[in-house]
Amino acid sequence: MTSTAPAVVARGLIKTYGKTRALDGFDLTVARGAVCGLLGPNGAGKTTAVRILTTLLRPDGGSAEVAGIDVATEPALVRTRIGMIGQQTTVDDILTGRENLLLWCRLYHLSEREAQTRSDQLLEHFGLTEAGDKQAKHYSGGMRRRLDLAASFVLTPQVLFLDEPTTGLDPRNRNEVWSALRGVVALGTTVLMTTQYLDEADQLADQVVVIDHGRVIADGPPAELKATIGGDRIDVVLRDEADLFRAAEIVARAAGVDAEVEAQLRRVSAPARHRVSVLSEVIRNLEEAQIDAEDVNLRRPTLDEVFLRLTGRRADDSGETGDPADRDGEPVRTNEEVAV
Amino acid sequence: MTTTELMAAPSAPPLPDSPADRWRWLIRDGFTIARRDAIHWRRRPGQIVAGLAFPIMFVVLYGYVLGGSMSVAGGGAYMDFLIPGLFTMTMAFGVGDTIIGVNTDVARGVTDRFRSMPISAGSVVLGRALADMVWAVVNLAVLAICGLAVGWRWHGTLAAAGLAFGLLLLLRFSLVWAGIYFGLLARSPEAAASSWALLFPLTMLANTFASPELMPGWLGAIANWNPLSATVTATRELFENPGVGGNSWATENTMLLAVGWPVLIMLIFAPLAVRRYRNRSI
Ligand SMILES: Nc1ncnc2c1ncn2[C@@H]1O[C@H](COP(=O)(O)OP(=O)(O)OP(=O)(O)O)[C@@H](O)[C@H]1O
Ligand SMILES: [Mg+2]
Repeated sequence: MTSTAPAVVARGLIKTYGKTRALDGFDLTVARGAVCGLLGPNGAGKTTAVRILTTLLRPDGGSAEVAGIDVATEPALVRTRIGMIGQQTTVDDILTGRENLLLWCRLYHLSEREAQTRSDQLLEHFGLTEAGDKQAKHYSGGMRRRLDLAASFVLTPQVLFLDEPTTGLDPRNRNEVWSALRGVVALGTTVLMTTQYLDEADQLADQVVVIDHGRVIADGPPAELKATIGGDRIDVVLRDEADLFRAAEIVARAAGVDAEVEAQLRRVSAPARHRVSVLSEVIRNLEEAQIDAEDVNLRRPTLDEVFLRLTGRRADDSGETGDPADRDGEPVRTNEEVAV
Repeated sequence: MTTTELMAAPSAPPLPDSPADRWRWLIRDGFTIARRDAIHWRRRPGQIVAGLAFPIMFVVLYGYVLGGSMSVAGGGAYMDFLIPGLFTMTMAFGVGDTIIGVNTDVARGVTDRFRSMPISAGSVVLGRALADMVWAVVNLAVLAICGLAVGWRWHGTLAAAGLAFGLLLLLRFSLVWAGIYFGLLARSPEAAASSWALLFPLTMLANTFASPELMPGWLGAIANWNPLSATVTATRELFENPGVGGNSWATENTMLLAVGWPVLIMLIFAPLAVRRYRNRSI
């Protein structure tokens, strides 16, 4: 249990449910103080991995340590070092925000006085002081997530696990949760969060791990992953479908690779390695060609696009893996740096 | 948001280091968890009214609507026969509340969260048991008042009546453990809710509403051996209400059975419930 041990280590975790291999040799190492984003589509095995690491589930094979402690042999000790926020919020709707926190404070064996003080501090830190005496059923999705987060910080956990903390939230609420998460990272807690959004992993994580069919298929800093999949993308949405072809040429010229055309969305898109220069070149050429665009923007690739790159198939196909090389015209480039 | 610096709190909770401490935490955590339910009741009076209306409805339904056509083996007023049956029935139906309450916590991820914390499995199930017992006491009190209002009386001593209520709560307490087990077992809240469908025949196939002697032979035998019948008969005896008849082994050893059945149920289900709670294979 040395202080230099990684916060989370998983070696060859296996978990099967009947014929389903939820985890199939899952390996992971997360350094202390890091934020790790575990990225994967529905059914990839994210929840299963989190449940094993938080001692809720026993693996069929492999081993894991959290905060240097073995989850299989000393689950009770692991539970004193971790916080866990599951896929649904566990906020009690009928209780007020403060009563929710008092409940958790008491369960962590704070005295009545300490519980009151700590609840106040937590409400304030997570921006809930004003709503503290309202029943949680009146809270927005973001407020509920923040209350969940507050409950995990009655005592400061060494490792905090979050399972899809922002799924189902609108952009404003998602931003609220993100900044609350950045705040807790500052306390020195290691964070392992699962997500279905590359954007989220990119915003928060130092390490992004992509999981598919219970196996890690990519692991590294976000910049490296983005380099692997060709960096950010440029999207051009046109007003008139008739311009699609000409716009695709312009985008392809600027990006240096073939552009993808989605006719029914009137959208042309391509990887944009040199972000701003590609963007400005596209805008200039569209203007010159007098093509009217509804929207031109740079964005992170979606999970779907990441999957297409890494596995040669879409995230929602559960079918076999195709060969990524002959999938389309663009080769997968892995060793070029991306300007972020 | 997050404008203030959150003072870092100690990073590991104190763990009990002696058996005495362990018991102290177990009880204290149990009370903390039970308190959550107490707040729920306070905030949702509608649910309380609905919960209490149920036994009252039975008093009216059986006492007045059907009561006229019911006869008691060995004679006696039907109300005096009925009310001890209703006490037991209410205790049995309470298990439905336990199952649904436990399963709701599972479905909402609350149980997982408790399980990921350094609190003992015992305190979580104990908390549920405590809350349900408080509710059971309230139920019995309302039903007793209702019964007194429609003419039910106990003819024995106050001590005997107290003992009768004790037996009823013992039954409820044993069923709490069965309820926790089935609540943890149920795959979904819908499945949990369907447990009501099983409770109905279980409470009917007893001597709650009719004397087993007046039923067809095989049905009467089942009714006589139903664990609920033991409590019904024992409480009738203690309240000195009519309907304690027959001379089967079950009716002659009614006190033994009224204590024995709940103890047996508890011995089976308490370990199962705690084990299921700790189960790490699902
Ligand atoms: N209790 C269970 N019984 C049977 N199969 C299960 C169980 N839990 C998970 N699975 C299966 O294991 C696989 C991995 O599930 P898991 O919940 O870990 O995925 P996930 O990445 O969290 O997905 P999601 O994004 O939908 O939450 C899925 O195919 C799922 O159907
Ligand atoms: Mg999941």
